[in-house]
Amino acid sequence: MSLTKLSAHELKQLLETGQVSSVEVTQALLDRIRSANDSLGAFLHVDAEGTLARAADIDRRRQAGDLLGPLAGLPVAVKDVLCDQDGPTTCASQMLESFRPPYDATVVARLKEADAILIGRTNMDEFAMGGSTENSAFQVTRNPWDRSRTPGGSSGGAAACVAADMAPLSVGTDTGGSIRQPAGLCGVVGMKPTYGRVSRYGLVAFASSLDQAGPLTRTTRDAALLLETIAGHDPRDATSLDLPVPSYSRSIEQPLHGLRLGIVREHFAAGLDEQVESAVRQAVEVYRSLGATIQEISLPHSKYAVATYYVIAPSEASSNLARYDGVHYGHRTDETKLQAELRSERQQYQAAGNQRGLGQLDNSLVRMYRRSRAEGFGPEVKRRIMLGTYVLSAGYYDAYYLKALKVRRLIRQDFDAAFEKVDLIAGPVTPTAAFKLGEMVDDPLAMYLVDLYTVSANLAGLPSISLPCGFSREGLPIGLQLQAAPLQEERLLRGAHMFEQATEWHTRRPD
Amino acid sequence: MTALSRDEVEKVALLARLQLTETELDTMTVQMGQILEYVDQLAEVDTTQVEPMAHAVELWNVLATDEVLPSLPRDRALLNAPRDNGRGYLVPAVLGD
Repeated sequence: MSLTKLSAHELKQLLETGQVSSVEVTQALLDRIRSANDSLGAFLHVDAEGTLARAADIDRRRQAGDLLGPLAGLPVAVKDVLCDQDGPTTCASQMLESFRPPYDATVVARLKEADAILIGRTNMDEFAMGGSTENSAFQVTRNPWDRSRTPGGSSGGAAACVAADMAPLSVGTDTGGSIRQPAGLCGVVGMKPTYGRVSRYGLVAFASSLDQAGPLTRTTRDAALLLETIAGHDPRDATSLDLPVPSYSRSIEQPLHGLRLGIVREHFAAGLDEQVESAVRQAVEVYRSLGATIQEISLPHSKYAVATYYVIAPSEASSNLARYDGVHYGHRTDETKLQAELRSERQQYQAAGNQRGLGQLDNSLVRMYRRSRAEGFGPEVKRRIMLGTYVLSAGYYDAYYLKALKVRRLIRQDFDAAFEKVDLIAGPVTPTAAFKLGEMVDDPLAMYLVDLYTVSANLAGLPSISLPCGFSREGLPIGLQLQAAPLQEERLLRGAHMFEQATEWHTRRPD
Repeated sequence: MTALSRDEVEKVALLARLQLTETELDTMTVQMGQILEYVDQLAEVDTTQVEPMAHAVELWNVLATDEVLPSLPRDRALLNAPRDNGRGYLVPAVLGD
């Protein structure tokens, strides 16, 4: 069987028993990337030479009997939003097109310490803002199951590369569903840990109270392996949790006896495609056949989740993206043109005797910020910065931002009450299967509504996973989302693994 | 909530340090208006006595020990500088502007 089709777990066993070398594995994947990436656009950047050199080094150390890390010799793709000092980190934005981080993100450092082979940087929606990867400033990523469709977003590249056998493991980030939604649309496993479970140091910030990095893989066991490698307290991230990381890959095989599974009344309403509903309900029946009891529960504030998210996330984004001003790094506008523009405006005001206009004219620094940002950011990023700035501004702060934070607590309380009655919540991850490229680019609000099942987990800080549970009549993947109470990643992975073992959805591949 | 005016959008653009073209201002006014109309539904929710929750997994007083640690070396800090003099970042002059 081709090395590119094996899971990370299988590759790890072959590597550890010396049946295959890391160079062989890496070369096989690089060949696959070479043949598939032009049409799929999953990777923004691949350093073949550097990657093979690192693989050769791991092989050498393994031969010498050195103690190696848990991911030794395994290729991992990383979403281009996690800082890696060995190359550019662009966030798929012109603002950071030639940005070289001066440090590694903690997640990246841990992958390197684990002796993983970082095979490439994956495409994404610019600054992680989007649900289709169409907001990338550089290239389109296509869904490996149907190239006329999106892979979802914002971790579209990370999902597509795993689905198309270009990497056995990838790391994405999830702020409103950006791991789980593309995982669902690409037929792979994608998991967002509890907020604070994985360090955000070096994760280019979009929304600081919502962002989390997590694994995208073909199997739940691989997700467990990758998660336990990157998770854990980091003194450089004050929001990271100072709690031990369980051995997820060891406990994952234990099924959950007496599992109480909840399905949310509010999820099965208008807007949910009947094929998705059918696949999800059948998945719930699989759990019943495995001995779980199924309960209908209510999350009464779920209808407000998208609105709450689209106040809080843009607000935090407007603050986080204020740093991109052309001063220290990132794109700076052409200063000669800048001065010429200001001179011309000044002359026009003077000629018209417009004192007011003259008084209000930007100074050079302000104009530098405005032009640099206008040139560096794409439309979706601008939209969110504008929204966030508006709702945080005097006169609107209470009615929008503060209000949203209160509804956020109510959303979290809904989950707390639900988890008294059930152990896991199951439901759809997206309202439909993968949509066509270009279908929603002119309707930002429609795009936002695709997030309706995923945003609550980010608002409430809960761990959540998406795994394959079926296919549409057009052969497009359908994902099942599971959610658990904070810090219940073990329960989540065991619950997901149970389902995976009882079904074969995860074994299917795009043609 | 009153409808968003183009004027307000221009003011927000200045606050956000963005320079928008006339076309962008038009589109932005429409799109922001639609999104704000959608999020207006939050006003229906009864949030009396509810504390705002800014942080999903609430931690308090996470402190670091007061010790001096090495900073980023200057050359690394200037690595991506659009314009620098080897010691610091250079920007257009504003005094006497």
